[in-house]
Amino acid sequence: MGEYILEMRNITKEFPGVKALDNVNLRIKQAHIHAIVGENGAGKSTLMNILSGVYPYGTYEGDIIVQGEICRFKDIKESEAKGITIIHQELALIPTLSIAENVFLGNEQTGKGLIIDWHKTRQKAIEMLKKVGLNENINTRVMDLGMGKQQLVEIIKALAKDVKILILDEPTAALNDEDSKNLLKLLIELKNQGITCIIISHKINEVVEVADEITILRDGTTVETLCRDIDDFSEDRIIKGMVGRELTSRFPERNRNIGEVCFEVLNWNVYDPKDNTKQVIKNVSIYARRGEVVGIAGLMGSGRTEFAMSVFGKAYGKNISGTIRKDGKEIIMHDESDAIVNGIAYATEDRKSAGLILIDDIKRNIVLPCLPKVSKRFVVNENEEIKIGEEYRKKLKIKSSSVLQKTGELSGGNQQKVVFSKWIFSEPDVLLLDEPTRGIDVGAKYEIYCIINELAEKGKTIIMISSELPEILGMCDRIYVMNEGRIVGELTAEEASQEKIMQCIMRSNKEVM
Amino acid sequence: MKRLDVLLRGNLRQYVMIIALVVVIIFFQIITGGILLSPLNISNIIQQNAYILILATGMLLCILTCGNIDLSVGSVAGFIGAISAVFILKMNMPVFPAILISLLIGVLIGVWHGFWIAYVGVPAFITTLAGMLIFRGLTMVILQGTSLAPFPKSYTFIAAGFIPDISNIEGINLLSILAGIIASILYILYELKDRASKKRYNFEVSSSGAFSAKIVSIVAVINAFTYALARYKGIPAVLIIVVSLVLIYSFITTKTIPGRHIYAYGGNPKAAKLSGVKTKKVLFWVYVNMGFLAALAGIIFTGRLNSATPKAGNGFELDAIASCFIGGASTTGGIGTVVGAIVGGLLMGVLNNGMSIMGVSIDWQQAIKGVVLLAAVAFDVYSKSKSRAI
Repeated sequence: MGEYILEMRNITKEFPGVKALDNVNLRIKQAHIHAIVGENGAGKSTLMNILSGVYPYGTYEGDIIVQGEICRFKDIKESEAKGITIIHQELALIPTLSIAENVFLGNEQTGKGLIIDWHKTRQKAIEMLKKVGLNENINTRVMDLGMGKQQLVEIIKALAKDVKILILDEPTAALNDEDSKNLLKLLIELKNQGITCIIISHKINEVVEVADEITILRDGTTVETLCRDIDDFSEDRIIKGMVGRELTSRFPERNRNIGEVCFEVLNWNVYDPKDNTKQVIKNVSIYARRGEVVGIAGLMGSGRTEFAMSVFGKAYGKNISGTIRKDGKEIIMHDESDAIVNGIAYATEDRKSAGLILIDDIKRNIVLPCLPKVSKRFVVNENEEIKIGEEYRKKLKIKSSSVLQKTGELSGGNQQKVVFSKWIFSEPDVLLLDEPTRGIDVGAKYEIYCIINELAEKGKTIIMISSELPEILGMCDRIYVMNEGRIVGELTAEEASQEKIMQCIMRSNKEVM
Repeated sequence: MKRLDVLLRGNLRQYVMIIALVVVIIFFQIITGGILLSPLNISNIIQQNAYILILATGMLLCILTCGNIDLSVGSVAGFIGAISAVFILKMNMPVFPAILISLLIGVLIGVWHGFWIAYVGVPAFITTLAGMLIFRGLTMVILQGTSLAPFPKSYTFIAAGFIPDISNIEGINLLSILAGIIASILYILYELKDRASKKRYNFEVSSSGAFSAKIVSIVAVINAFTYALARYKGIPAVLIIVVSLVLIYSFITTKTIPGRHIYAYGGNPKAAKLSGVKTKKVLFWVYVNMGFLAALAGIIFTGRLNSATPKAGNGFELDAIASCFIGGASTTGGIGTVVGAIVGGLLMGVLNNGMSIMGVSIDWQQAIKGVVLLAAVAFDVYSKSKSRAI
């Protein structure tokens, strides 16, 4: 008994019409890093929500045993009292408050009664910051920190509550490589201090790096638990467990059928909309052919998204100059609807806050960019709309109860499929895809790649932005490397490698210095 | 079956409000001993509430765009009433052009608000709060603190008049009966066409039993209503305006591209913009429209009072906003219907009217309306949180 700090036994949780979890068992050893992996909808988040008391006792079946004692959490407060803290993907920090204030939010250091003891607060906060190696002034407002540091503040906040079991939901999803590495290092350090960590992650390479044990969930059931040094701990092995079959290749093959140059952007300059003196994009020129998948690689903040959005009908930026040519003819776009009319589509990196209308259903989202196609004069034909929604739901295999389901209720992968449906429906010639597989599980990623390939085979021009270098290398025919708002390299698929891309970036950094 | 379930859940508040409206009507009908639904009183309720219903229609569009509200509508209504009074009574302008110019001024006020909100980016709350002060002040300025009255017959006709009958049968208005029959036929044709089109697309349609039951009950309500009107003075002129506005705005919001754009903007402005919706234009026109409807409401209210007073329109904005929220609009935008806002407005109107007949004083009426608003929204919040928890 004593070996395990936490056990979850035969957990079953039903939502109306769906069994989200079916007899799930989880055993976690003291001071271990335990990873939970699985495709979207496998039940990872549900399981963690049960553990942390978001779904109170009574709404599920089974037992939670913490340090040998059966626990029945009514709410998050009770699980926190047991030393269980969950850090959600969307951070729960107040951006306008300082680091110290955030760390002790809900756990204020009081002197007498309700009065906050600021000396104690500061002193403790400084101590905690040192402990995790966050080199910042405690009075800095959280909104002025980068994502990586904000993540650290969340962890400090958990530590301040005397956490024993720390649950992290997709901790590195929004972080760049360096911040991710630091975070993982910190987790190992916490482990050495005796804190148990549970991480949920899609990034299997990271999981393999840090986890002691990995539990794989699939369709609401536990498939297996792998232990380091005992079981095969390779990425392929884990992916096989997650999808239930062997993925022969992570990137599907495509019949390359590359035609004429279709889309050109020449001498493109863009300034920051908030700061007229800051040039975000500097003299960028790129081109793409029909049927070609062109990648734009680069670090976070290199200006890739800003570039794509400014090209898409000036959706970003000020004082934009430069020419855009399609099929050799110059096109001028004043806003997003001009871009759509000119056959250009932009699928945003931020699906939830800018890609979909989450309170609307699938069909309404799909037809939105191209309403005239389902309308006569100004009147929308709702039956035609349902028909089209249904057509795309089948074609792109969007998992949903019907086209009338709200997109906010779908999983990440299925939401992305709705975004793709929406842009395919607008019949573009050029698709700008910004992080098309962010936050999506392996199986759905593969499906998205297939859709991209199919579009390219049909002669569409694809420009794809991605932070995942393997994805860029696996999918693209040609790769531009972007850094600090400039194109600093152009590589063909044959010559490109992760090292070469990084070299381009490093070289340009030196030149700037 | 599943679809019906989804449909019911989505529009739960609206259905509940329709049921609540029916319950309230029955309650007052019993307690007032049948006065509430007497032919005279039905005409009264319509004429008393027309301007709130018109304002609620425009307000709904504002609320749909991210929960923005327009606080200025009461002042604008008062201002337009005053301006039309000056035109007609002081400058001796003929009634028709005077009304037309007044409506145009309402549109210009909408343009003024829309410009600041959509193109400069001043929050709607601030812009319209300023508008509320500006136009209340201007109303007092142009009326010089006094009331202007009385208006010519042709002006008050819109608010208080009845459409003349086509025959002279004692005690019954033939035109009203006829209007009921025509409306029923149009309604049946619309439903049949809709059903046929659904069948053409091979969609599921409700069983023919349920379908005919629905048609029969709605036709019965329409004709009972027009029959009641026929037993008094016939069709109030203002009813024509309100019904056409409801039909037109329901059609625009649910069936047309501009309507879709309004809902899309309210649901997620960023996503709507990236989908090619011209978001600034949407916001601008919503407020232009509100200016127009506020002007119309102002003329109707002034006509009903038969006098333009400096205090006219005080607090209308709050009644209009309350109607929308009682009728199921969301405070964050993107959710709500014109019909819902009308049901909300009628619910408050019937409460007012019923309580007045019972002799409940104005102060108590106000308090009870407040409780109804809170209860309606609380119920909605509760039912939503419940459906999420399951």
